[in-house]
Amino acid sequence: MSTPETSTHESTGHGDISTGMAGGDSNASATRITPGNALRPEDIALEVKTGLVKPSGDVAEYALRLGDDALILEQRLGHWISRAPELEEDIALGNIALDQLGHARSFLTYAGAGMPKEDGTATSEDELAYFRREHEFRSVQLFEQPNGDFAATIARQFVVSYYQYELYRRLTESTDSTLAAIAAKAVKEVDYHRDHSSQWVLRLAGGTEESRKRMIHGLRLMWPYVNELFQDDDLTQRLAEAGAAVAPSSLRGDFDRLVTAVLSEAELEVPDVPAAPGGGRYGKHSEHLGYILAEMQVLAREHPGASW
Amino acid sequence: MSPHGNPETPASSATEINREAPKASPAPQEHHDRGAWGLWEVFVRSSRGLSHVHAGSLHAPDAAMALRNARDLYTRRNEGVSIWVVPADAIAASDPDSKGSFFESPQGKDYRHATYYTKSEGVKHL
Repeated sequence: MSTPETSTHESTGHGDISTGMAGGDSNASATRITPGNALRPEDIALEVKTGLVKPSGDVAEYALRLGDDALILEQRLGHWISRAPELEEDIALGNIALDQLGHARSFLTYAGAGMPKEDGTATSEDELAYFRREHEFRSVQLFEQPNGDFAATIARQFVVSYYQYELYRRLTESTDSTLAAIAAKAVKEVDYHRDHSSQWVLRLAGGTEESRKRMIHGLRLMWPYVNELFQDDDLTQRLAEAGAAVAPSSLRGDFDRLVTAVLSEAELEVPDVPAAPGGGRYGKHSEHLGYILAEMQVLAREHPGASW
Repeated sequence: MSPHGNPETPASSATEINREAPKASPAPQEHHDRGAWGLWEVFVRSSRGLSHVHAGSLHAPDAAMALRNARDLYTRRNEGVSIWVVPADAIAASDPDSKGSFFESPQGKDYRHATYYTKSEGVKHL
């Protein structure tokens, strides 16, 4: 199994974009820029192209689910760029969105390898992102929920990051080495997303009367969609038994414990709201996903094959 | 202002910022009140063994958020292994107007440099 740090992809790494000294050179400046070495979606695409990796149908479907989650959330968070309460927060949310985009690209590239087209070549990440219809998306409904105000976005991010952290942490042990490698890179990034969102939950809850009211409201808006995150089905059961995936229900204990700890520190309660019916994994979405896709896909559909 | 450019108040405009402000972002509907978020100076160490170097500044409601904002703003291209943040008004700055008395007087005093010694033969690394 290749880990991101010591992956076999160094030869394809884009070391040439480094504008400073590599290594511990004493002349290195404080603003030295290096790309570092980590698993990139391009590396997975290369492995797919050369036939080095090929997921089973089940694994591809599973990767599609996780990729769609990250893609839809990224599209939602990206909407905050230039609209966040402060410039610093604008960049923080943009960074989180870009992290999610990276995860989406990796998962979708891998999923596409298990979904060959008629000519036998792998479906590309772009084809999966831009040319599927609403009912073909496999994201759970939490990810498509509207941004609302800043507190609602933080509430969604809070739930998502604690869920994704528990998921990716376990997925690093996957018997599928590509899933494990994607998760190993993602878990560090999501760990920071956890920190970011919990810091804001604490501050909004402990801030002004208005910010606390909005934080409580944001959590109430998002909580009906929490249940769907932890629902098992035949696919996850088969994959979990094979050791390739993680049964969603197995994440619930740790999620509840950690989320409750933050909420109680913020003197908030876990919202007591009924669960939404869910169904995102089978293409049943809330009314919001169609609008996201329309905006996300219009350019690629209007000018198929264009590059910019 | 004191003669040697070490003013009691920093030259930075950060003095106008109310540091006692509550540690919370302003309520979303309120008009932007920059006074609630103080100015912080960011120092980044690019790798082990080097010093922290001033990278820029940012606004944040408190130290914990300042560190996180600094991470997001100044280390997103793998620039650092350590960050310091300092409230801008905690920095006492030299007075730019006293450049002459403060920084130009050592000029021409070459006896302060080790230029009058002859190097012994065969001694390396001098």
